[in-house]
Amino acid sequence: MSILVNEDTKVLCQGITGSAGSFHSKQMLEYGTQLVAGVTPGKGGTDFEGKVPVFNTVAEAVKQAGANTSVIFVPPPFAADSIMEAADAGVALIITITEGIPVNDMVRAKRYLQGKPGVRLIGPNCPGVITPGARCKIGIMPGHIHKPGRIGVVSRSGTLTYEAVHQLTQLGLGQSTAVGIGGDPVNGTDFIDCLKLFNADPETDAVIMIGEIGGSAEEAAAEYVAREFTKPIAGFIAGQSAPPGKRMGHAGAIISGGKGTAAEKIKAMEAAGFLMAPSPTELGTTLQEALKRGAPKKNR
Amino acid sequence: MKIHEYQGKEIFRKYGVPTPRGILALSPNEAEAAAKQLGTSVVVVKAQIHAGGRGKGGGVKLAKSPAEAKDLAKAMLGMKLKTIQTGPEGQTVHKVYIEEGLAIAQELYLGVTLDRATSRITFMASKEGGVEIEEVAAHHPEKILREAVDPAVGFLDFQGRKLAFGLGLSGPTVNKFVQFCSALYKMYVDTDASLVEVNPLVILKDGGVVALDAKVNFDENALYRHKDLLEYRDLAEEEPRETQAKEYDLAYIALDGNIGCMVNGAGLAMASMDTIKLVGGNPANFLDVGGGASKEKVTAAFKLILADPNVKAVLVNIFGGIMKCDVIAEGIIAAAKEVQLKVPLVVRLEGTNVEKGKELLRTSGLAITPADNLRQAAEKAVAAAK
Repeated sequence: MSILVNEDTKVLCQGITGSAGSFHSKQMLEYGTQLVAGVTPGKGGTDFEGKVPVFNTVAEAVKQAGANTSVIFVPPPFAADSIMEAADAGVALIITITEGIPVNDMVRAKRYLQGKPGVRLIGPNCPGVITPGARCKIGIMPGHIHKPGRIGVVSRSGTLTYEAVHQLTQLGLGQSTAVGIGGDPVNGTDFIDCLKLFNADPETDAVIMIGEIGGSAEEAAAEYVAREFTKPIAGFIAGQSAPPGKRMGHAGAIISGGKGTAAEKIKAMEAAGFLMAPSPTELGTTLQEALKRGAPKKNR
Repeated sequence: MKIHEYQGKEIFRKYGVPTPRGILALSPNEAEAAAKQLGTSVVVVKAQIHAGGRGKGGGVKLAKSPAEAKDLAKAMLGMKLKTIQTGPEGQTVHKVYIEEGLAIAQELYLGVTLDRATSRITFMASKEGGVEIEEVAAHHPEKILREAVDPAVGFLDFQGRKLAFGLGLSGPTVNKFVQFCSALYKMYVDTDASLVEVNPLVILKDGGVVALDAKVNFDENALYRHKDLLEYRDLAEEEPRETQAKEYDLAYIALDGNIGCMVNGAGLAMASMDTIKLVGGNPANFLDVGGGASKEKVTAAFKLILADPNVKAVLVNIFGGIMKCDVIAEGIIAAAKEVQLKVPLVVRLEGTNVEKGKELLRTSGLAITPADNLRQAAEKAVAAAK
């Protein structure tokens, strides 16, 4: 087992004929991902690399190729529409790689998804999801740094996720599933959703969660971990050295109720039972320590 | 993208959000003429910079005559205005806005922005206007009224009434406030704003509802469909290197250290800065070259970093992932040659063909120090900068 994606995952790629979409579709095929269809409006009836049929609509790709997961590389102005098209076609898992989607487009798309229970969005602006044990890589992460194993990885950042995975693999710690949830202000699956899935996954022994300054997603995740999480967990917050900077008004500070600094996030996570990596070069070793220490104690 | 108060009010007026009458002035004489034209017994002289907290910083003053408006404008124009939002160096005032004085009964706070926790555009209102609003948010969050907007139906009148009665408004003012909010929401969505803040929103003695201030930011990802808004951009308000970075699609923020940083990915860039600090150094900048790290982007990034005279060493940290390290190394070498790099360069590469990449760096004939991991790279860069 694993979370989100596994041997039964059949992927369709929206935007498969674009430059990013075609490049990464080739990489996914090489890794072993079951890429069963592509969608590019107007190019239906053609095929990709001689083996993947291309359709005009997601509905056709689902019906004819049996896809249950979509990966989106469509350019930002059209990406929110693509997300909603996939949801309408009944795709259960929609992984959106596209970076730079207007926030208001995502506000509408997320509202649309509320009417589609059973549909899960990952991203946008994320590296994707990979389950190395199932040879299932959906996204832009380099496959070769991963190794099948029992550590769950969840992160808001792209390349910092690779750094964490790389350090784990070098220590001989393989991954059950690694999820990049993306750093956009409006995104789908959050830290808590992923932690719940990892908590319930019998093939995940421990988790490392990597956050960043800004927002309050890490604080919310810490509350969840303190309450329910039963496995060893390590954490890191990027941006500890970032200066408070020139802020854009009071509203940002008000909406988050004064949360969002690295110090506050670290404090909340430590109190919840996370073992925090003191530096980004100690992500792997901190997870190793957390494994030795065991699951956080519950005192409520 | 940030814009000035006077520009924000121009957009407010297009959408029917009431504002005081005002005239922009670029010189003391223009300020005097503007005050005469407005004709009120009192006018307000307001420094136009892209930062809040201007009142406390001395950037908003009352003038009881056109001559006084002229004197105040003279003092303000060219001054470095320091507020809690500008940073210690302050921001130079190039424009002042002259506005009619109004008979104010009450000052309130109204802000509209995205609530990340709910993914909804959210109205926030409070009886406590002014800079203290953040204190209120931190210590008495219950004193801030909130209304989240369902994007399927937009801002609804009853939500406006809830806010109005919650603020203690009564009589015809309630409906004026509701209309004010509806207009503001329409503007927020139509223009793809990311923040609209009216601090203060004032209730006049005659019951009117007016935006005394206007802070408006736009979502940069949506500017492609708002070409008309681009003319509001004021390059004089932006850090020149940050402006240059945007042209190359690089994310750059100038800092005050001496180690230039070039990293792919924002999270890894922040993590690299954190590591530099941990080993006793100080980063000169945040710079995310993005996923690609092509030769053109790396060259542009080097130019930006080296334009900062404080930079004594440069740290490059690229987690190539899918891109091959030898290709990245070639890009770095070509870029370093093109900009005639004079300061020590420490490079940490990771990904496919990493050994080939390191070999290229070693044999390039340039003073490039390869590093095996992030910590080693930071230590070498800090040592080189001393």
